[in-house]
Amino acid sequence: MATATAAPVDERIKNLGITRQLLARPEIGALLGAVVVFAFFAVQSSVFRSGPGVANWLDPASTLGIMAVPVALLMIGGEFDLSAGVMVGTVGLTIGLLTGEYGMNTWGALAIALALALALGFFNGYLVVRTKLPSFIITLGTFLMLQGLNLGVTKAITDTVQADSIDAAPAYHPAFDIFATTISIGGVGFRVTILWWIVLTALATWVLLRTRFGNWIFSVGGNVQAARSVGVPAGRTKVLLFMGTAAGAWLVGTMTALRLTSVQANTGIGEELIYIVAAVIGGCLLTGGFGSAVGASLGALIFGMVQQGIVYLGWDSDWFKFFLGAMLLLAVFTNQFVRRLAEESRR
Amino acid sequence: MSDVSVPAEVPAEVPAAATPLLEVRDIGKYFGSVIALQGVSMTVAPGQVCCVLGDNGAGKSTLIKILAGVHQQDTGEYLIDGEPVRLANPRAALDRGIATVYQDLAMVPLMPIWRNFFLGSEPTKGRGPLRRLDVARAKDITRRELADMGIDIRDPNQPVGTLSGGERQSVAIARAVHFGARLLILDEPTSALGVKQAGVVLRYIVQARDRGLGVVFITHNPHHAYPVGDRFVLLKRGRSLGDFAKSEVGLAEVTRLMAGGAELEALSHELEQATS
Repeated sequence: MATATAAPVDERIKNLGITRQLLARPEIGALLGAVVVFAFFAVQSSVFRSGPGVANWLDPASTLGIMAVPVALLMIGGEFDLSAGVMVGTVGLTIGLLTGEYGMNTWGALAIALALALALGFFNGYLVVRTKLPSFIITLGTFLMLQGLNLGVTKAITDTVQADSIDAAPAYHPAFDIFATTISIGGVGFRVTILWWIVLTALATWVLLRTRFGNWIFSVGGNVQAARSVGVPAGRTKVLLFMGTAAGAWLVGTMTALRLTSVQANTGIGEELIYIVAAVIGGCLLTGGFGSAVGASLGALIFGMVQQGIVYLGWDSDWFKFFLGAMLLLAVFTNQFVRRLAEESRR
Repeated sequence: MSDVSVPAEVPAEVPAAATPLLEVRDIGKYFGSVIALQGVSMTVAPGQVCCVLGDNGAGKSTLIKILAGVHQQDTGEYLIDGEPVRLANPRAALDRGIATVYQDLAMVPLMPIWRNFFLGSEPTKGRGPLRRLDVARAKDITRRELADMGIDIRDPNQPVGTLSGGERQSVAIARAVHFGARLLILDEPTSALGVKQAGVVLRYIVQARDRGLGVVFITHNPHHAYPVGDRFVLLKRGRSLGDFAKSEVGLAEVTRLMAGGAELEALSHELEQATS
């Protein structure tokens, strides 16, 4: 304050530096990562950079991204959802059993599955908010329960471990056209899930940065006491975020079921960690209060590229898991550093 | 600690004719068998700073929590604008223009200043599903309100975590003033601060008072309280030692009463003997 000679305001902004300001953006690490990963595979594999190749790695990235985005919002809100992956399976199986086994209309099955998913999300959120227990433990419980239910119910109804003949149900085709079809752009077939993914990312970004609810998400993750004391409905915000990941699980479960026309009872198990890793790579802090939807989508994009890139290079796909772990560590270290920059106190 | 500089001189006597903004009479609060507070009375008029002084465990926190609507009194009367009230929650206090700035600051360190400033009361534009934050207005108001309080922020996008302790207190005070507070309750705003930063906060207390706000300033430091205070309520072990006007007591007297008078003298005597 003392050195106010010419223009104190400008003078003090400058010492932050452009690089530091850029570094403080949550998605910058993921963007750099995506560019590096793309360059790495594109240089070595011509298929990877071809139109069909791009469509091929955007496909897994899209369904991963549709989950990573709501998971990121939840993490910014300070909570985890370990049941997000297995919930995809629960939704798929519900649709599969209702249509394939009971011949229900596809739209009806989708509606019931949505109601079920939202109820599960509400259950998770309500328990976390009411008990004030870590969401890690609560959703681990839901995760295990759903895993058991998925298998148990499927076996009891079909005597196998899968639900199939989804395409035999009425109204299968119009639903397929919305959730699972391919759209031809320049002779290359892109999955419609990619469009869903992009729209969802844009919507989540808008909600996060430009609405009151977005402001509340940051605040309940950053300092829930402070948020409460200024009148933010913290409990409701968190419950809605859990319902958001459940809605994401419904969307991905629907896409999977309609596309594959059969759903395995173990679908989605283990995926929940990949969603979280994608969100962390996208700049979400494990402690909440910081992160971005675009970042989480970039994290998902990185995984899509690596998953397919490894195949194109003819590597053993076991390397994918190694890569997953390495990226996670790298991202956590980067986030730690970024957080220090952002929180650096001049006291 | 005594060299804290406060710019504006305190007016000699505040006109007592106006209805007090806030008044408590013989207020008490029990937690089970523990008497946290008993028989405390005080009044705060607009444009007046009332300091609540007391050592740890004196009942300061209980008193402000009643004033702020966090707790409800068990005995006695609480009047706002001369009207008896029983505040159900902090929101009810806020609706009546009573804003509390807590010691552990209701701020989210990772969020920008402007987002913190408007947290819970965000300005919006547009309708229905297109209802969105009015970011430009929020930033503009934040900058202007802080400038009015004499706080020069570099950039409203700066995370609050990068501000110093005094600046954070000041942002919290400016926020309370902006959202229509007529009475500010400041819970130990200077206790975690260095001498210079404490001076900054005391300056904002004076500024708020000069804008006609009532201020309840809770502290255990008489050196911070005395220069800005108009009235002094001294608490000790849950009871009031009295509500004094500035003309009735001196700094030394306040300090002596607060620390427990005779006990402190006995202690200093003991210490002198021990060292000799």
